[in-house]
Amino acid sequence: MPEKLHIKLTVNGKAEEFLAEPRELLIHTLRERLRITGPHIGCDSSHCGACTVTLNGKSVKSCTMFVGQANGAEITTIEGLGTPDALHVLQESFREHHGLQCGFCTPGMITRAAKLLEENPSPSEEEVRFGMAGNICRCTGYQNIVKSILAAAAEMNASKEAAE
Amino acid sequence: MIPAAFDYYRPKDLAGVLALLREHGDDARVMAGGHSLIPMMKLRMAEVPHLIDLQDVPGMSEILISDGKIRIGALVTQYEIIAHEGLAQSAPILREAAMQIADPQVRYMGTVGGNLANGDPGNDMPGLMQCLDAQFTLVGPDGERSVAAREFYEAAYLTARTDDEVLTEITISAPTGGYAYEKQKRKIGDYATAAAAVQITQSGGRCALASIAMTNLSDVPVWSQSAGSALVDTEVGGDAIKAAVAYMLDEIDPTEDNRGPVAFKRHVAGAILTRAIQRAWSRA
Amino acid sequence: MKDDVELTREDRVANLKGMGCARKRVEDARFTQGKGNYIDDINLPGMLHGDFVRSPYAHAKVVSINTEAAMALDGVIAVLTAKDLEPLSLHWMPTLAGDKQMVLADGKVLFQGQEVAFVVATDRYIAADAVELVEVEYEDLPVITDPFEALKSDIVLREDLAGQTSGAHGPRKHHNHIFTWEVGDEEATNQVMDEAEVVAEETMYYHRTHPCPLETCGSVASMDKVNGKLTVYGTFQAPHVVRTVASLLSGIEEHNIRVISPDIGGGFGNKVGVYPGYVCSIVASIVTGVPVKWVEDRMENLMSTAFARDYWMKGRISATKDGKITGLHCHVTADHGAFDACADPTKFPAGFMSVCTGSYDIPVAYLGVDGVYTNKAPGGVSYRCSFRVTEAVYFIERMIEVLAIELNMDAAELRRINFIGKDQFPYQSALGWEYDSGDYHTAWDKALKAVDYEGLRREQAERVTAFKQGETRSLMGIGLAFFTEIVGAGPVKNCDILGMGMFDSCEIRIHPTGSAIARLGTISQGQGHATTFAQILASEIGIPADSITIEEGDTDTAPYGLGTYGSRSTPVAGAATAMAGRKIRAKAQMIAAYLLEVHDDDVEFDVDRFVVKGAPERFKTMAEVAYAAYNQAIPGIEPGLEAVSYYDPPNMTYPFGAYVCVMDIDVDTGVPTIRRFYALDDCGTRINPMVIEGQIHGGLTEALAVALGQEIAYDDMGNVKTGTLMDFFLPTAWEVPNYETDHTVTPSPHHPIGAKGVGESPHVGGVPCFSNAVMDAFRAFGLRHSNMPHDHWRIWQTAQDLGLHK
Repeated sequence: MPEKLHIKLTVNGKAEEFLAEPRELLIHTLRERLRITGPHIGCDSSHCGACTVTLNGKSVKSCTMFVGQANGAEITTIEGLGTPDALHVLQESFREHHGLQCGFCTPGMITRAAKLLEENPSPSEEEVRFGMAGNICRCTGYQNIVKSILAAAAEMNASKEAAE
Repeated sequence: MIPAAFDYYRPKDLAGVLALLREHGDDARVMAGGHSLIPMMKLRMAEVPHLIDLQDVPGMSEILISDGKIRIGALVTQYEIIAHEGLAQSAPILREAAMQIADPQVRYMGTVGGNLANGDPGNDMPGLMQCLDAQFTLVGPDGERSVAAREFYEAAYLTARTDDEVLTEITISAPTGGYAYEKQKRKIGDYATAAAAVQITQSGGRCALASIAMTNLSDVPVWSQSAGSALVDTEVGGDAIKAAVAYMLDEIDPTEDNRGPVAFKRHVAGAILTRAIQRAWSRA
Repeated sequence: MKDDVELTREDRVANLKGMGCARKRVEDARFTQGKGNYIDDINLPGMLHGDFVRSPYAHAKVVSINTEAAMALDGVIAVLTAKDLEPLSLHWMPTLAGDKQMVLADGKVLFQGQEVAFVVATDRYIAADAVELVEVEYEDLPVITDPFEALKSDIVLREDLAGQTSGAHGPRKHHNHIFTWEVGDEEATNQVMDEAEVVAEETMYYHRTHPCPLETCGSVASMDKVNGKLTVYGTFQAPHVVRTVASLLSGIEEHNIRVISPDIGGGFGNKVGVYPGYVCSIVASIVTGVPVKWVEDRMENLMSTAFARDYWMKGRISATKDGKITGLHCHVTADHGAFDACADPTKFPAGFMSVCTGSYDIPVAYLGVDGVYTNKAPGGVSYRCSFRVTEAVYFIERMIEVLAIELNMDAAELRRINFIGKDQFPYQSALGWEYDSGDYHTAWDKALKAVDYEGLRREQAERVTAFKQGETRSLMGIGLAFFTEIVGAGPVKNCDILGMGMFDSCEIRIHPTGSAIARLGTISQGQGHATTFAQILASEIGIPADSITIEEGDTDTAPYGLGTYGSRSTPVAGAATAMAGRKIRAKAQMIAAYLLEVHDDDVEFDVDRFVVKGAPERFKTMAEVAYAAYNQAIPGIEPGLEAVSYYDPPNMTYPFGAYVCVMDIDVDTGVPTIRRFYALDDCGTRINPMVIEGQIHGGLTEALAVALGQEIAYDDMGNVKTGTLMDFFLPTAWEVPNYETDHTVTPSPHHPIGAKGVGESPHVGGVPCFSNAVMDAFRAFGLRHSNMPHDHWRIWQTAQDLGLHK
């Protein structure tokens, strides 16, 4: 039995510390160990993006990362993006523009979109489609997802301008 | 999909990495982003009793450009390649190619070194680096050595790197002239049905130098000297391109897979290469 | 209530957020915050994890299974094999199609990925390790993956059926034959063909694919031995049927079984079937006395749970010289894989394939279907369509194109002159269906005008000329499709699943303060039932949709229903909702009349209230009535305000639509680019246009995938070649275009609110539309037909075969 690793993570602002088998996949750490079940497993092979989280400022697929690789990292999941009383603009926008149906891809989709807008606050439709191409949705055909993200970008930019 | 158990190491320096490789030999594998290796481990198709994570090793994550030399640390990610403005200036083909690799999340994790060292014929960087005549720095127990990208690939997953060596850095001379990275794939996240990397310089309306390599059309990347030579001293018109394509088609050896039969791949290889040459020439 | 008086009638209608309103979805709050509750999110105390040992072979004898090493692993609780299930008679299980299927390999395996042993361990990592330690000795047998070969071969795939000359659907012609199903008049059809001025023939293969919802299948079974109660959570599109089946199989009385479908991450037909994993998790929980979870991974999902299509279709269509269709003949060789596990109503072993006369007035027709066993995974579900309707519509829409080529006629015009006329509804089709309503000419004309069809054809002709002159290497295809679906199964007189009539249900309780809960026998997998059924009810009973909770999926609380698939929720459960609402309204009217001190007949319902006829200032709102129902003694009326309706639909509904796709094709690389896609849908009364549009975008995208690359492919050894999302084509945002949506409204005359269902229309119409676009691009160069999926290499091959690469 390989030696367990001493892992420290900060997940959604909360410090976590535990011992884990090296082969533990980050998605299982989140879902099973920490009971953060927003990120989902869709494909197991890093194609679908349902497990997307933000790790040290990068969008990563947590099904394709061992917990040891993430040791010391700061992680944000869908649960850390907004609160029921203060939703992230994207969470509002996906509802407003019907950017989800079964909801299974949604946490990964919104988490990725948040990072995309952070890096490119005013993307074109093409840039949104390209930037979201690591996330698969089986229900919506993407049209309303793209719409939701573009609308969120516009709203975030408008409130930024208003603040200035 | 759950991988078999393994021991995990995250050494703080290269010496630590080399020591582990020496200790565990074949049973150890180094890993950068892990996006090639981890899926194989999850499928239990790759057995890795000792996994060495390179992320804490210093000095392997920089992009340095000076005096026409570009040095890229092996741990530089595709994302960083795309984001680097200096690189986009001095070797724009790198950004064009990296944009066509995998998807955004994978590009945050996937590294140039991993893409090169893995020896997967589907990877894009090997052909690209052959086109750019890159040199790979390998560090092993006996010190450092340099191997040309064009000499590095021996067969699928088999390279000039020995089991106790680590690929640490890629060095290229800043290319000049026009460039193109043209890739056909079934969808985002797929390997190439065919991909072509082309660099061309022109002088007085004629091709002065041309370098051409293709990806996923053989068990190794294919850099064709004769394809490049076929363009030199021509105006890169239809006949010259046809000749270059013919040389390349002589050297590739695609196999049938879900992307299609051999005849299709050969035809697409010709079409993709033609377009890459035309686009590179238009930028030369 | 005073404020209400100030509101206009329009405002009051708007406040309800009833039918026709683009109401935002109530489901979204939890999904956007990561608080959905899917099967893998369920975590019960002491829960164990199950994992399968699966066959690497497509056909082999199982010589021995040694579980010793696996059992010795720390944390492994049990390893189940067929031998362990046999005493419980659970080593085989009945399929929905009247066949039986191995739960765990009983002496042999018949497809790659088949379940051989079930490992139960304390966590999923240990279970996965134990799977590796189970030693199975196989002796490989010859593999058959081709149904035509299967019908000729001496190799017996299903030895358990040896000597049985008759199956669930009549006589078997061969040991690998399952059934022959015939509809229509073959002799009359042949005669029409013999006498016809023009006959077009074509053979086409609708390849095997898979619904591949983003969430895979899974279950959590929990046997409470103290109270004798079994609770099963699972990815079930039909939870009530699962309860009945579980009771019949296990012998546990049905009242002691509770089946719960939690949030479901997409179904598309994949979650209709009953899988060995469900059975094994239940058995394992009964054996161990603790909860057992089984969740498959993606590869297992693609290899072993229900596939779709795999129909070889041979067609003949006859017509007069001016294009009036006189007859249609269709024969299907259906590859059902190793077990006949199709999910169709019992009397329809090929589903509603007999709607293959399409939208056209065809006087005589015949359909024959032969089901065949091969060494491929079982299934045959309706992937985003009503039972086999996608196959039927693809078939007729290809036959129309082929006939147009034969007649040298424009395919749009050929459709137009053969449409069933508006005044012919209700229309009796030659293969026995009664189409409820339609106005095809109007829809078609609107679609063609919207895309400037004639302009597109001119542009296409110019492109062909340019191509021939060497000025371009790109061709342009115009894909046309007009579809009629048949959904809303179905009338109990001819539709059942395992003997359960295909009615559906709704139970409503109005609370004293004027809000309500309604429970249905269906289960949403993303369709937004909690949003739209509340809208139906809001319009029916005058309580705002925001004050109505919709609940589904818990068999202990919801009324019995047959579930959600085949676009049946709105046609059947939606109707039940409206009917239950009307029962509420009828009682409420009596209460209102009492309160207003007038005769029942002197009040009428108006939006959200009952008003005294001729005196609109005298009224009682539904909220006031609800309160009275609980706090006032009203002579002759029971307290409370509740109703339940079980709705047996008198007929199916027949949504239709007109689609046009414009595509550019790179002849040298085989890469298609979708330039434009226009979709006009008529789903009758529209409940929520936002949700409808979302369904159409999604269905079209799944159609694009199937038409342009998505397949479950096998090699000659029966190995699955497309087991991961690298090779199984699910398009990303980058590969998908923006769609233009449009509609006409032709209500269903027999449905209480006139709605027809829409979730599957875009898939049914989309597949032939995308495909026709590809093939249309090559029509000018002599192409009649080429099979899907039209991925790059197959398109290239088409061009190659036509000599376009010279």
